[in-house]
Amino acid sequence: MKISFRLNGVSVSTLAPTGTETLLEYLRQDKGLCGTKEGCNEGDCGACSIILTGENGVPRAMNSCILFLPQIQGRSVRTVEGISGPDGTLHPVQEAMISQHGAQCGFCTPGFITTMAAAHAAGEKDFDTALAGNLCRCTGYAPIVRAAKLAAQGQVPDWMQEGPQPSSQPTSSDLIFCPETSDDLAQWYENNPEATLVAGGTDVGLWVTKQMRNLTPLAFLGHAKDLRQIEDHGQYLRVGATTTITNFMEAIAPLYPSFNAMLSRYGSPQIRNAATIGGNIANGSPIGDGPPALIALGATLILRQGDKRRRMPLEDFFIDYQKQDRLRGEFVEAIELLKDQNRLRCYKLSKRFDQDISAVCGCINISVEGNIIKTVRIAFGGMAATPSRANKTEEILVGKVWGIKTFENAKATLLQDFSPMSDARASALYRSETAQNMLLRYFNELENTPVNILEVRA
Amino acid sequence: MTLTQSLPHDAALQHVSGTARYVDDIPTPASTLHLAFGLSPVAKGEIRSLDISAVRAAKGVRLVLRAKDLPFANDVSPSAHDEPLLADRFLHYAGQPIFIVVADSHLLARKAAQLAKYEIDEAVPILTIEDALISNSRFESAPRIYSKGTPDTVFPDALHQTNGSLNLGGQEHFYLEGQAALAQPGEYGDIVVHSSTQHPSEIQHKVAEALNLAQHAVKVEVRRMGGGFGGKESQGNALAVACAIAAVQTGQPCKMRYDRDDDFIITGKRHDCRVDYKVGFDQHGRVQALEFTHYFRCGWGQDLSLPVADRAMLHADNAYDLPHVRITSHRLKTNTQSATAFRGFGGPQGMIGIERVMDHIAHFLGLDPTSVRRKNYYPDMSENAEPPATTPYHMPVTDFILGEMTHSLLKSSNYATRKASVAEWNAENSLLKRGIALSPVKFGISFTLTHLNQAGALVQIYTDGSVLINHGGTEMGQGLFQKVAQVASRSLGVTQSTIRASATDTSKVPNTSATAASSGSDLNGMAVLAACEKLKQRLSALVAKQYGCAQEVVLFKDDMVTGPDFKLAWLEVVKSAYENRVSLSATGFYKTPGIEWDRIKGQGRPFLYFAYGVSVTEVVIDVLTGENRILRCDILHDCGSSLNPALDIGQVEGGFVQGAGWLTTEELIWDEKGHLKTHAPSTYKIPACSDRPEIFNVSLWAAPNFQDTIYRSKAVGEPPFMHGISAFLALSDAVSACGPNYPDLQAPATAEEVFFAIKRAKGIKREL
Repeated sequence: MKISFRLNGVSVSTLAPTGTETLLEYLRQDKGLCGTKEGCNEGDCGACSIILTGENGVPRAMNSCILFLPQIQGRSVRTVEGISGPDGTLHPVQEAMISQHGAQCGFCTPGFITTMAAAHAAGEKDFDTALAGNLCRCTGYAPIVRAAKLAAQGQVPDWMQEGPQPSSQPTSSDLIFCPETSDDLAQWYENNPEATLVAGGTDVGLWVTKQMRNLTPLAFLGHAKDLRQIEDHGQYLRVGATTTITNFMEAIAPLYPSFNAMLSRYGSPQIRNAATIGGNIANGSPIGDGPPALIALGATLILRQGDKRRRMPLEDFFIDYQKQDRLRGEFVEAIELLKDQNRLRCYKLSKRFDQDISAVCGCINISVEGNIIKTVRIAFGGMAATPSRANKTEEILVGKVWGIKTFENAKATLLQDFSPMSDARASALYRSETAQNMLLRYFNELENTPVNILEVRA
Repeated sequence: MTLTQSLPHDAALQHVSGTARYVDDIPTPASTLHLAFGLSPVAKGEIRSLDISAVRAAKGVRLVLRAKDLPFANDVSPSAHDEPLLADRFLHYAGQPIFIVVADSHLLARKAAQLAKYEIDEAVPILTIEDALISNSRFESAPRIYSKGTPDTVFPDALHQTNGSLNLGGQEHFYLEGQAALAQPGEYGDIVVHSSTQHPSEIQHKVAEALNLAQHAVKVEVRRMGGGFGGKESQGNALAVACAIAAVQTGQPCKMRYDRDDDFIITGKRHDCRVDYKVGFDQHGRVQALEFTHYFRCGWGQDLSLPVADRAMLHADNAYDLPHVRITSHRLKTNTQSATAFRGFGGPQGMIGIERVMDHIAHFLGLDPTSVRRKNYYPDMSENAEPPATTPYHMPVTDFILGEMTHSLLKSSNYATRKASVAEWNAENSLLKRGIALSPVKFGISFTLTHLNQAGALVQIYTDGSVLINHGGTEMGQGLFQKVAQVASRSLGVTQSTIRASATDTSKVPNTSATAASSGSDLNGMAVLAACEKLKQRLSALVAKQYGCAQEVVLFKDDMVTGPDFKLAWLEVVKSAYENRVSLSATGFYKTPGIEWDRIKGQGRPFLYFAYGVSVTEVVIDVLTGENRILRCDILHDCGSSLNPALDIGQVEGGFVQGAGWLTTEELIWDEKGHLKTHAPSTYKIPACSDRPEIFNVSLWAAPNFQDTIYRSKAVGEPPFMHGISAFLALSDAVSACGPNYPDLQAPATAEEVFFAIKRAKGIKREL
């Protein structure tokens, strides 16, 4: 298919015959723009970061190694080559990176520059979070953060302003489909149930770059506006499936701060800017971070096949490892979640704090009336073949006195709910014991005992 | 004139604008072909049959090469000729290259490489230290032993004794730029190779052997690497040789870069190992007798394992005067990637052994580990101890400054107060515990293979006054080119912008050593200085003759050449020299003086001097999960008279974080069949931005090197890596606050390891 977009301020078009050509390949091989680097080819190191600006005009850092060309149709891409002005004037982040000695070997630097420029444009000051998706092996990050702080004092240069979006009418073909509405998608997918659906592509991207699979037929969902709406219905939110994690976080931050804080450790900014809440559910991963929290919130899943829709509690969607309750040609359309719950706490345990996949993700939501536990929803990721509720533990807790003894007594029940496995992320024993301890953490946290190492300062 | 100035990296502008070129960025003709290796699916076995017909038939494939198709030497070993480029019959590790695919694109080559069909007689691999010991699978016929005094006779008399064992994981380099090479066929069968390597001369030699060419027919150029850390000392050989052979066979440029997963699976890493110790000590914690046993898992090939394991032995004392000591080192051969050089080169493994011993003694006696450390320090050089204290390898330690440095850091880091407030916190909090620890670094500078301590340079002045310098060192981010340019700038008295350092090139400076052992600026700075001084001699002789003064009074400064009654512009003097037919190019050469080393006996003076440093790190741990954070780190580091403080501080900050990564989140896991399971950044976790200490104070110790090094500076590449040990010790300290027992923390101290160490401290048995 033909793809048109804006590259460093200039309109360009190219062909994407298979639909799975990546932006990184295009930049380096077709355009000779070799500033953007391939570090890992799976969205984990950030060396390939570019800035993508969509129709809402908000510049976002993205990983170009797992960004397929059809995903950028009609959008604006800015690479490291477009960060300095047309006359070569340096961007404030570039100047600061030089003066603060933020580059040593320089290979990660273009990715840092683009990510920093995106953060700079957004006025972002939490640099640990903003730069969590860029790995540097030389500097220890200290001079990079110094540079980011220094650059924050500088103005966003005029040349960073993207012009009007080029025509965003994607040209679909039989095998590569870019629906503009969810109705289009529903109809096409019913006729092409074997197709691969690509939303953010942060998982599917690796099927191409690492497994070297051929994915046609393919549908790219990013152009269907109605699929990425967040609607506030007063009592509940209806979140369209292709809402990015970033946009989802903005919506839930005031409602569920703990969920929001956990999601700030979901992948990296680049991943969260691409990945979608629906994709995180539909891929059925046992270690996705969205589902445990959504299950603990009692979210409802809305599936669609043609014109038919089904609603189910999210936990019922996950049947077994890589097996979901999804019919042929049926796709995740939205989730709904109630707005009135406020005792949700989300605990993500991973080998590295940022940008890592959970070993255990525990989400606990317990309401209390007087001194008695009234309702309990506990869901875990990383403890079973699917994200699952801790049914037996929930049962045991309901009606008990809100006190540490209750939790100490209940935690052993978790081992009836789950028998986790050992893998490169954690041993079974560690998973079991820490999952149990999350119950204790929950109680302690709600009783205001310090439990969060992130709040400790030297 | 620009010496000691914090000038930015010489390519800083190129880095930030994306114009700095790495091997894969070099523009190449459309006819360039791309290579990928087909890899062994098993850790040990014999190939019964290999069917590559589907590989040959795959889209875009031009050529497939097996071991039997190689024209000459099938060897990419840097040492013992035991690493074939392609496995012939026997397979030694999962990931060993078996065949080369040459195709129209990187992707097509990778795709085709998956299509081979094997029949393999699989054998039981030797994977662990225990496996290797049982099978007596080792390099060198017996363990190497260095000793001093009579530990065996002293042990029975020691007031206290304890022993222990520390497992240390390996470490993937994770240079952001993966391994890469590009070979271009030239006239007369010559070949030009661009390689991301720390060792261009070795690439040249291996390519020459593989093509049966004289070394003068192979030119290797290295502009820069996107990180090296030791991982590009020998691991680039395979790609460069494969590309060179393919380029000759096809007549087209050939390029190869590893996909990140392949890079993990194929290349060597830091040696994982176990350090066993037995120590006798008095009531103050003074070590009376000590015995270490090192078990190094070297992988399938010898590579650089002998000098790495040697260096671990040479750092088993770290900063401590050990009267009676024996160090025994086993170098074990296993069916895993061939472990290789990595920043510190065995030093970190040796050093953390003795730091563990100090920690253990302090816990045993209930003393502050810092006081135990200081009691065991070598005497400071200011004490003029007579006779001087000696290392376990009988080298006098005459430049020790850690007593003074430690005193200074304890003060600036506010150690005593913080130690007390940590104790207070721990008394009040049951779920979050803090820990604080100090550790010193004493790191020996020089290659232990003495003849490697040499360097050459070529300096050329052009008629417009511009200066081009070339030397044998390679740029991997450490700022070597800038430091060397600063040396030339000071020597010639010209501004920095007049000087350009060109890419490292085996056709300009021959027979170079690897840029390794932290020696880059020590060796190459001296060689460049020697060349500059030669040129100055010639210019000052000319000017002295022209103006009738003594040559010695002619000064080169601020782009001027001045004498008693003249002041000439640099350009004017250069032009005059050209017109008077004075040669404006010169070579320089340097060899480190005064070192000699017998690695078999374990005696001599392997190092010209030691670089020192000391750090204090504070951490917090979550008792419920073992999760942890580094809260603060203070480092005082000795770079002698720094050539460039900003670049040196960059090495210190980066070294600490990399060292802390090795000991915390970076965990390599192989399955029971010998497959590396952590082969991408999704599962192998190097520190990310938020893992650096939030408070991070680094200062340099401002005292000139007492040895006559380049402008009295000290080497800085590797030593700061070992400041990461203080983070590990701080974690151990925090875990100690959870219970009465010694936590016996193992490395890497992942959250999981910290969690189980807490149980050990509490005396709770691990159950499953």
